[in-house]
Amino acid sequence: MSEKASIEINEKWCKGCEICVDVCPRDVFEMRNFVAKVKDIDKCTGCMLCEQLCPDFAIIVHAPEKKKKSVSV
Amino acid sequence: MDYLQYLRLDKFPHIWCAGCGDGIALKAILRAVHNIGWEKDNIAMVSGIGCSSRTPGYVDFNTLHTTHGRAIPFATGLKMARPEMNVIVVSGDGDATAIGGNHLIHAARRNIDLTVLIYNNHIYGMTGGQVSPETPMGDFATTAPYGAMENNFDISGLTIAAGASFVARCTVYHANLLGKLIEKALSKKGFSLVEVMSPCPTAYGKINKKGTGNEMILNQKQLAVRVERAKTMSPEELKNKIIIGTIIDRELPEYVNTYEKIISQAQRR
Amino acid sequence: MKPRTYMMQGNVAVAEGAIDAGCRFFAGYPITPSSEIGETLSKRLPEIGGKFIQMEDEISAMGAVIGASLGGVKSLTATSGPGFSLKQENIGYASITEVPVVIVNVMRGGPSTGLPTLPSQSDVMQARWGTHGDHPIIVLTPATVRETYDMTIQAFNMSEKYRVPVILLMDEIIGHVYEKVTLPNIDELTIINRKKPTCSAQEYLPYIADETLIPPMANFGEGYRYHVTGLVHDETGFPTNKTDQIEVMLNRLNSKLDKYSDEIIQYEDTFTEDAKIGIVTYGSSARSSKNAMRKAREQGIPVGMIRIQTLWPFPTERIYEFGRQVSHIIVPELNLGQIAHEVEHAVKGAAEVVPVNKINGDPIHPEEVLLKIKECI
Repeated sequence: MSEKASIEINEKWCKGCEICVDVCPRDVFEMRNFVAKVKDIDKCTGCMLCEQLCPDFAIIVHAPEKKKKSVSV
Repeated sequence: MDYLQYLRLDKFPHIWCAGCGDGIALKAILRAVHNIGWEKDNIAMVSGIGCSSRTPGYVDFNTLHTTHGRAIPFATGLKMARPEMNVIVVSGDGDATAIGGNHLIHAARRNIDLTVLIYNNHIYGMTGGQVSPETPMGDFATTAPYGAMENNFDISGLTIAAGASFVARCTVYHANLLGKLIEKALSKKGFSLVEVMSPCPTAYGKINKKGTGNEMILNQKQLAVRVERAKTMSPEELKNKIIIGTIIDRELPEYVNTYEKIISQAQRR
Repeated sequence: MKPRTYMMQGNVAVAEGAIDAGCRFFAGYPITPSSEIGETLSKRLPEIGGKFIQMEDEISAMGAVIGASLGGVKSLTATSGPGFSLKQENIGYASITEVPVVIVNVMRGGPSTGLPTLPSQSDVMQARWGTHGDHPIIVLTPATVRETYDMTIQAFNMSEKYRVPVILLMDEIIGHVYEKVTLPNIDELTIINRKKPTCSAQEYLPYIADETLIPPMANFGEGYRYHVTGLVHDETGFPTNKTDQIEVMLNRLNSKLDKYSDEIIQYEDTFTEDAKIGIVTYGSSARSSKNAMRKAREQGIPVGMIRIQTLWPFPTERIYEFGRQVSHIIVPELNLGQIAHEVEHAVKGAAEVVPVNKINGDPIHPEEVLLKIKECI
């Protein structure tokens, strides 16, 4: 388990709804060719919001060890 | 948590449109199941017909995709045959409150230990956007070209009056809370219901100019009011708001349990 | 063991037959003239650890029995005409998903609310074709209280063996008549239970069949997690739109009973060896026809009768043979000729088919059949 977050995006399942881009409080995502991409992983705090709100099961967040706790929205 | 362990991966990507909330709701269910720690063999997911009713096809449980509106009766029979099984019904607003409305209230009246999740998207999505009992008055649908002219059911009020043990409502935007409410519903012995507000950008959003899926979901943040706070607000202030949280949580005799007692009684005679 | 001799009503015989067949779940809705079946089971089932539920309508009762059967419990529902109409969609569901269930229809006069307390045999075609789409179904029809008991057990056995909904099609007379019956000892009965998979859960394909054409069935909750849908599905149980897969699935579904027609199709021959005039009938109409046949025989008229016990699949071959033997086939039935048409189809013009129809709520009287017999000389 790393101290830094990492994000896996399954591009075959992503339907390009942009929810992750909109809900991420740290602006980690961007859209490229209608598919979500990680723009800046360093900003990710591992809050899991994108993972919880990705309707396509296309995002898996590996949260940093200390902060592996869901935010309450 | 690892969602994929509960999924039938070869069925993905799923059929739901970009920006549909149904996938978010499914994740919330899986978190709840995971937190409770139920074995997959011991879970049955039963559905009727519609977009939400495709959910069972994606999960690695005992899954039953039934006829339109009839998921609850099938689930009732299954629960009575196998009381140890955890039976979850996934339904839509049309499936559960129109064609299946009678079964919904009677299952609540019996207080049978099922958890019913109604994904309310205000429309018949799969058939292309016809008006549903949950289409807000004045909103458009392919069969309401002049705007919907009927009142809606208050799903929570209806099932509380009918006798449900647990009733909650949540939006998919509030996914974390949604997972927790579903967990409470699943854990409840008795009839439990969670109304999941899940936007349909394709069949409802477009015709009503509500924006894209992500816009509709983000908008839920503005529309939602917590149950506790709603109690302090006037009906005018609550107009068009979505009240989220646990609406009722009470202890009532559960049907299958009562029946088991009847069996012991009948066998003693 | 003391003899099980009772004065018993046909509807009660259904309940007792179901219990002896291993049925432990009943879901139904009150409707005349079938209500005694549910009433009896509401008391009897809990005594033996089974469950009864009165649902909110016949649609949900049909759904509940399918759900319970998937859970591994043999299940029964009972109804009459209007309720039978309501059950049709879910009967089709049981048919395509191959979930064993038994449905009793104690026929009353129709259409619509019709004649709730009066006998009829007018749901014969509905029992075969009531649900939409091509589908397999077995329909049995008893003529006595004892036969009602036996056929209820057979209905469960066939349903479990062939994974098909079986309809026990009674008429009001058979449902309500009281007769003295001596039931067999439980240990003398043949009880068939569904074939379960022997492979591992990982290898299990719910809709792949060997040469028996009947796939083994896993019950929910026994470790074989699989998908059941009313959509046309492939061997895995998941929906398919591929024409080759659709063809395989629907062909097997619709032909699986053909393979077993010899053991499914039952009929009873009486005085047919030397018959020159034939009667083909079923249910309560067979009772008055038998009386008419005896009277005709006393007068020296060589009449023989085939009483159909399996209405569907129809005993076409036997009726064809019979048609080649006799000059006329009289078909008494309490409808406007539903089985007479089928007899006509079966005999292919070899004999003249003479219907005796009645839909006024009055049963067919022996004299009415006798009159027809005499007209055929």
